[in-house]
Amino acid sequence: MYSLIWLVPIVPFAGFLLLAFAGRYLPRRAVAIIGPGAVGLSAAVMLLISGQFLAAPPAGYAYEQTLWSWIATGGLEVGFTLYLDPLSVVMGCVITVVGFLIHVYATAYMAEDEGYSKFFAYMNLFVGAMLLLVLGQNLLVLYLGWEGVGLCSYLLIGFWYKKPENGAAAMKAFIVTRIGDVALLIGLFLLVVQFGTLDIPAILAAAPGAWAVGAPAAVAAALLLLGGAVGKSAQLPLQTWLPDAMAGPTPVSALIHAATMVTAGVYLIARLHALFALAPGALLLVGIIGAATLLLAAFSALAQHDLKRILAYSTISQLGYMFLALGVGAWTAALFHFMTHAFFKALLFLGAGAIIHSLRDEQNIFRMGGLRRRLPAVYWTFLAGALALAAAPLITAGFYSKDLILFAAWVSPVGNRWLWGAGLLGAFLTALYTFRMVFLVFHGPERTAPHGRPGPAMTVPLMILALLSLLGGFVETPADLGGVHLFSSFLGHALPGLAAHGSPALEAALQLLSTVAVLGGIALAYQLYLRRREATARWLARPAPDAARRLLLAGWGFDWLYDRLFVRPFVWLATVNKDDSVDAFFRGLARASLLLHGALSRAQTGNLRWYAVGFALGVMALLAIVVFR
Amino acid sequence: MILVLLILNLLLGGGLAWLAGRWSASAARWTALVVTLFELLFVGLLWLRLEPAEGSPWLAGIVADWIPNFSVKLILLMDGVSLLLITLTAVLGVLAVLVSWREIQENVGFYYFNLLCVLAGVIGVFTALDLFLFYVCWELMLIPMFLLIANWGHAHRKAAAIKFFLFTQLSGLLMLVAILGLALTHFQATGAITFDYRALLGTAPGSLWLMLGFFVAFAVKLPAFPLHTWLPDAHTEAPTAGSLLLAGLLLKTGAYGLIRFILPLFPEAAAAFAPIAMTLGVIGILYGAVLAFAQTDFKRMVAYTSVSHLGFVLLAVFAMNLLALQGAVVQMLAHGFSTGALFVLAGALQERLHTRDLRRMGGLWTLMPRMGAVALFFAMAALGLPGLGNFVAEFLILLGAYRANMPLAALAAVGLVFATIYALWLLQRAFYGPVASEGAPRDLRPRETLIFAVMMAALLWLGLFPQPVLDAAAPALHRVPGVSLHVGAYVRGPRSPARVRESAHSVARPETAPLAEHVRNGDGSVWGDAKAGRGEAPAPWGRAGTGTSTIDDRRGGAR
Repeated sequence: MYSLIWLVPIVPFAGFLLLAFAGRYLPRRAVAIIGPGAVGLSAAVMLLISGQFLAAPPAGYAYEQTLWSWIATGGLEVGFTLYLDPLSVVMGCVITVVGFLIHVYATAYMAEDEGYSKFFAYMNLFVGAMLLLVLGQNLLVLYLGWEGVGLCSYLLIGFWYKKPENGAAAMKAFIVTRIGDVALLIGLFLLVVQFGTLDIPAILAAAPGAWAVGAPAAVAAALLLLGGAVGKSAQLPLQTWLPDAMAGPTPVSALIHAATMVTAGVYLIARLHALFALAPGALLLVGIIGAATLLLAAFSALAQHDLKRILAYSTISQLGYMFLALGVGAWTAALFHFMTHAFFKALLFLGAGAIIHSLRDEQNIFRMGGLRRRLPAVYWTFLAGALALAAAPLITAGFYSKDLILFAAWVSPVGNRWLWGAGLLGAFLTALYTFRMVFLVFHGPERTAPHGRPGPAMTVPLMILALLSLLGGFVETPADLGGVHLFSSFLGHALPGLAAHGSPALEAALQLLSTVAVLGGIALAYQLYLRRREATARWLARPAPDAARRLLLAGWGFDWLYDRLFVRPFVWLATVNKDDSVDAFFRGLARASLLLHGALSRAQTGNLRWYAVGFALGVMALLAIVVFR
Repeated sequence: MILVLLILNLLLGGGLAWLAGRWSASAARWTALVVTLFELLFVGLLWLRLEPAEGSPWLAGIVADWIPNFSVKLILLMDGVSLLLITLTAVLGVLAVLVSWREIQENVGFYYFNLLCVLAGVIGVFTALDLFLFYVCWELMLIPMFLLIANWGHAHRKAAAIKFFLFTQLSGLLMLVAILGLALTHFQATGAITFDYRALLGTAPGSLWLMLGFFVAFAVKLPAFPLHTWLPDAHTEAPTAGSLLLAGLLLKTGAYGLIRFILPLFPEAAAAFAPIAMTLGVIGILYGAVLAFAQTDFKRMVAYTSVSHLGFVLLAVFAMNLLALQGAVVQMLAHGFSTGALFVLAGALQERLHTRDLRRMGGLWTLMPRMGAVALFFAMAALGLPGLGNFVAEFLILLGAYRANMPLAALAAVGLVFATIYALWLLQRAFYGPVASEGAPRDLRPRETLIFAVMMAALLWLGLFPQPVLDAAAPALHRVPGVSLHVGAYVRGPRSPARVRESAHSVARPETAPLAEHVRNGDGSVWGDAKAGRGEAPAPWGRAGTGTSTIDDRRGGAR
């Protein structure tokens, strides 16, 4: 059974090849079967393998399969090797299952698009690359997947390539993440030179013996890897690409820019947790970046009026929670939030897609309203996702995963109150911006009339994801609410647990505080955006709030800053030197020879007297040199 | 003998094509195609019967007298590196003939004669190991290339051809002086005149000036910053096949020269010169990439990407370790295909749109989706996407460079970001956005599809299964003196923290470690320690014999 693991990434690749080469000759129905079918098959194999992994785990909770030897030279051996352990099982299942649901949804969402087969080709390629990323046994296979998903992200953001702004957004995403990738690549070099291998299990085993805690090399390695993670997961200071990435079709935003690819950074840090454990400074930085990002992005989400951009900032913010969890050493909590976030954020994006679809590409929430009655299936599922995102207590998966992170931030030996406080404030803001969106879109008077209702290909994935968003959290509950630890005990075979434990009373108190924050946020949203909407609008029109709103709308002005710091100098440098100033030297040489040629040929006059004078002068000069030397 | 056959096939075939061209243009084309296909067949046979002689890196070769008065010999020897480059030559040769099929309509016979002569000269360069013969081949490939650009090029072809000729000719003369100087040094030491590479090894390992004579010639060809400025002009003005051969093969002769001559002949001088050369390499990587971004002419832009990509090779050679050199070899092959393909693409676009100006393109994906997909593939290869050959090359090069000089490697890695910028900008300007040009240009023809398919397959092969290439090059690279063979001081398996820290320490300052620490040959003989300068380095294949003997004969009638 385990030996079938190679099928999991290969089947989507096969789907890609089939669609890329034969897609134009296939009818749409065939494309709609091949695209989701390839991912569905991959999901089925993955689930079967996972079932066996739960029932009869392999020795040491890890299984390796080497497909071929990739690079072997100079003491470095890198195999094309897949690796199955609890961490990759969780990641693989979420990717294939959520990926399959989104593919099914996309068959309806993209039905009218002229690039139908191209879309599914790219999507299949993405799933294959993402699976290689999480199934790679060594960092080079991981890096192959890492860059592969980056390519697909680029292609799909710029999918509607005829609009130049989509192309700009796609380029921005690729280039910004590539900056992080270069840091990651240098980190790989550091690890190779230190350990002579890129095999993750070997590095994890060797690192604690090779490096003392806080060793400079360990900190450097952790920081470089963090650079890669920050780029891919859109954390400060490389977060700017994700809001623009919403230019792509909505299923792309759901799959790539919410559920899977952007969590690759979280996966990377969790996968190499032993290195970060040796670098407390870097780990603290992970937590600080997470906390800062989650707050900045949550504030930005408050000011957006584009439905997808709200969700994009929300994704950045939720990824910040995952980084916060990693930063306090709560690896399983980060993975737990990854899983629940994949469910509810995919759901929200797909719901948003259904709304945008029926409103004929309207994305401004201030031109929506009252959709509750017209799109009931979308409303109820979207509400489930919104509750999960806001972490409404007890009934949603988001509550359990976020609660675990906040608790860990408080009790972890490397955690601190500030990180916890940031998380709590973030929970309040999350509830506020989420329900601002819900109230504006679904409640109040109707502003734009929807056309038709989404069909079953769109609603069934929504419902499945809504169920997962509500029930998916019960695999891990706190001690005072059942104390289920299925998730952490399974992942415990791959990731070390959190050392500290708090008292039940503390746990209950923290839960109460976060519940107050969440309910307060929802209540405030109700007051501001439903009951007293006019008063809110008037207040926002005053100069000071308006300036703040514009700053938040522009994502704190990072784009403005980077444009002046990096983009313009680079373009200026390139433009100034377009004609290659080095060549000016050689051109000058050529011109000098021509001038000299001109001057000397003018001396050849044919006039004998001139020659005689020249001859005489030459002789005198020579004599002078000889005599006066 | 087979090496002579490889060269004669091209020379005689070229003459035949010329003659056929007097009869009809299409006869010349078919003749050239058949000749290059035969060449490919011979190379394929070469691969099939690969079994190196014991303790010798040479897989095939011939040694014969040529000008006995000056003991100039005809020495053609092929090792793994040469074999790989010859293979590249044969494949690109076929593609170059196919690329020219429609583009060249005037004086077709003479065109193919020149094209095949370039190929012959290149194969000569890749195999000649008598330095005098090497110089002859070096010039032999220059003149037909000059004619190709000057006769069949675009608007400013004359100026570009002259620039190309002056740069390569002048630097070639410096190399000739260095060759004579080297032979003279050998004569003073031993009293015998010889140009035999194998005999000259170890003659002047520390001579900076002789090394520089060779270096300048190779650096111009490579091209290395700041001697690169002939390249954009030559590429822009050359016919498509000319650009393909320039990028794919002629630049590789510079890279090959660095590996074949600079390191083995002058290990000490090269080690001393390494920081400067590596810095030039890194400058080339960044400078070329920034300039590529700024260009508006498609071919000029691709030309500057060549400067950037070949900067990696310069960096690799002077990193002086096996990883980097392996990377350099893969880079030579991968760059030949990826950049060559971009030039073919530029030619195909020029044929359809009658412009190379990127500002006048846009939205071409809508008009020609298959060509768009092809462009996407090769743009990804150019930016070093994993899974394609360029990534394997750049990964190994940067890793090796990191081992040798961490800050320079980190700077060079920034080149990957710059490469992303120019590659995506190219796609954006030409293929995405609204449709900018009028008319309905034809999508890829079957002939063009075949050309691109070969190149794509080659890049995928290099990216996913590079091991055969690495293995083929390894025996030759193992013998380059002064090259450290291991990635770190790492010993596999469990070990005490103390030892690891110790090795980490030695890794941090690799320059201080004796360079030849790990160097050993397959047959157990040891190269002289380059740093310690233990005097004469015993060549594992022995001193050159006198008279005529071929390696093939030694291998027991394999010929």
